[in-house]
Amino acid sequence: MAAAMHTATLPFFSSSSSSSAYKTINVSGRLRLGLAPLPGSLAGRKGSIFVIRSEAGFASGSNARARSSKLITNAVATKPDASASSTGSKPGHELLLFEALREGLDEEMARDPRVCVMGEDVGHYGGSYKVTKGLATKYGDLRVLDTPIAENSFTGMGIGAAMTGLRPVIEGMNMGFLLLAFNQISNNCGMLHYTSGGQFTIPVVIRGPGGVGRQLGAEHSQRLESYFQSIPGLQMVACSTAYNAKGLMKAAIRSENPVVLFEHVLLYNLKERIPDEEYICCLEEAEMVRPGEHVTILTYSRMRYHVMQAAKTLVNKGYDPEVIDIRSLKPFDLYTIGKSIKKTHRVLIVEECMRTGWHWGQSTSSNH
Amino acid sequence: MALSRLSSATSSSSLFRPSLIAATRLFSSSDVLTVETSVPFTAHQCDPPSRTVETTPKELLGFFRDMSVMRRMEIAADSLYKSKLIRGFCHLYDGQEAVAVGMEAAITRRDAIITAYRDHCIFLARGGSLFESFAELMGRRGGCSKGKGGSMHFYKKESQFYGGHGIVGAQVPLGCGIAFGQKYSKDGSVTFSMYGDGAANQGQLFEALNIAALLDLPAILVCENNHYGMGTAEWRAAKSPAYYKRGDYVPGLKVDGMDALAVKQACKFAKEHALKNGPIILEMDTYRYHGHSMSDPGSTYRTRDEISGVRQERDPIERIRKLILSHDLATASELKDMEKEIRKEVDDAIAQAKEDPLPDPSELFNHVYVKGLGTEAFGPDRKELKAALP
Repeated sequence: MAAAMHTATLPFFSSSSSSSAYKTINVSGRLRLGLAPLPGSLAGRKGSIFVIRSEAGFASGSNARARSSKLITNAVATKPDASASSTGSKPGHELLLFEALREGLDEEMARDPRVCVMGEDVGHYGGSYKVTKGLATKYGDLRVLDTPIAENSFTGMGIGAAMTGLRPVIEGMNMGFLLLAFNQISNNCGMLHYTSGGQFTIPVVIRGPGGVGRQLGAEHSQRLESYFQSIPGLQMVACSTAYNAKGLMKAAIRSENPVVLFEHVLLYNLKERIPDEEYICCLEEAEMVRPGEHVTILTYSRMRYHVMQAAKTLVNKGYDPEVIDIRSLKPFDLYTIGKSIKKTHRVLIVEECMRTGWHWGQSTSSNH
Repeated sequence: MALSRLSSATSSSSLFRPSLIAATRLFSSSDVLTVETSVPFTAHQCDPPSRTVETTPKELLGFFRDMSVMRRMEIAADSLYKSKLIRGFCHLYDGQEAVAVGMEAAITRRDAIITAYRDHCIFLARGGSLFESFAELMGRRGGCSKGKGGSMHFYKKESQFYGGHGIVGAQVPLGCGIAFGQKYSKDGSVTFSMYGDGAANQGQLFEALNIAALLDLPAILVCENNHYGMGTAEWRAAKSPAYYKRGDYVPGLKVDGMDALAVKQACKFAKEHALKNGPIILEMDTYRYHGHSMSDPGSTYRTRDEISGVRQERDPIERIRKLILSHDLATASELKDMEKEIRKEVDDAIAQAKEDPLPDPSELFNHVYVKGLGTEAFGPDRKELKAALP
């Protein structure tokens, strides 16, 4: 069973039997330690101030809890069970998020000979974000296919191959490039199962980095979730930590539905400790990052880290936010979200998107 | 009796029921006839196949029968559309039947065919039944796509018929993907990706052709050139209407698409070529008698004289009829009786399809996702959350 929360631990912290507030500090501390580019200058600086102050006092686990309880004035969060949130008996191994994606892909390709990868520069070059590095030498040029720059047709080819029974993982070098393949994704990928009366299944995974990067320019900083939201038949997930990146990648490959896996350019260098044993994350499940009582904050992908930093300020001011990383963009995990909203009756949605085309507008209206 | 046995043994599809026509001629199944195609093949970057085609009486009678069924079905669909039993789009294939039957005669059921929206007759050629076709056209649950596809979405997975696609040109990358799957699993089969002269100007076609040529995929691109992309004549849409040459580095062959034997020869040649050397383009020079679809009269952009001229000179069924009569394989009255029988068969199928009920309203949201992965939206009180993945 995959744990809903996974604790990311810094090397110098002891094992993580800790409160959720402590976890938030860990996570943002991860970002702060510079393995990933800093999110935004102001927010980063604020985050770093917090981390330094709080890190200074945390020499060991029990001290940490004492110190964190001093910071929190009115928090009434239920502390998650220590054994559930800990990394378990196995120590696990540490890696970066793109390596976690690669591990997931590698394991699935070894497990099932029908899994193949196609995309631009995924083979010999190793992937523009190194997600497929080394796979071409291991599995050959046909299974890790370097395509020409022709998104419309190679996405169509992946879908055609899926109709014959293969399980392609189609990489868009940047999610924005997949707009060129929108016809294939919408009509052939999403709708074929329906229009053929169930005869054909399209078990593709369409993945790629998207989202706002560091001065990449407007065309390379797009968020396509709201465009794909209206396509019937498509499942969409967004990964945010190395743990759920690997889990969602594996689950997406095993799924019989077409799945779009949204990664984020700025999250590829997140370091985290993940379990050694094999695991998958449920594709339709949301992750409860921080249980709380006063307000439900819904977020996904990179905004999770911003929210967790903001949560610290909220906590210091005496609020108790409940933070949910929804992970599954389509369909929604209405069970977790609904339960939370029933409890708090207040929702705050934090999303990185275009002002006029936010994903939530589509999805909230579709779920009412 | 021999005639009926021959004609019904020709195809394994459920199209045919044994006929009661008694034949006075008996043929041995090893009778081989050599026929010349109407025009020689024109080739681009390859050596054209020979003009002489070998065929058997069985095959010729089979062609006649298959094409007559297709012709009858399309005309019946025309009248069903006018009586508003079929709605939406209905793109009819009459005039182009030779392409479907010729192709089918050259390949096996393990080879894949994918086409655009003019797919009714190719579905029949691949083994679909008349009842399934009419039921799907009328949106009934007995249709091949359970009534959810309609005219443009006929599929038959068991016979490797991949549809049935509405967006012009989008099926060609899919076809190259199917060829990729065939190459990946090394099963020695090929894919015929069919498209029209209108779709021949789509960019994704050339993208897919590039990838197919790079990877030596067993993909055969078949351009059914009926000279009109809806209302636009080919000379108004394409700077170079020599579609078989448009592949540039990919070899091409121009075929008379109204001659079923020429089509058969070309497809056989193309299959051998694709398995050895990678993609090839076939241009079938053909013609459609109806308009682009049922909402198009078909006479605003071409003259009625042109249509009747082609019908008189190049009609595929008439060509096969002349061949049969000239080689004494059957008498004219026998062929007429066969046509009458086919007409009755088609009428029976329509009557049966009319009785079929519409899909249940619960089917509206079925098949959006593959069942079993819990993708219905959960309400807040639903306790069950996780799905077990294999």
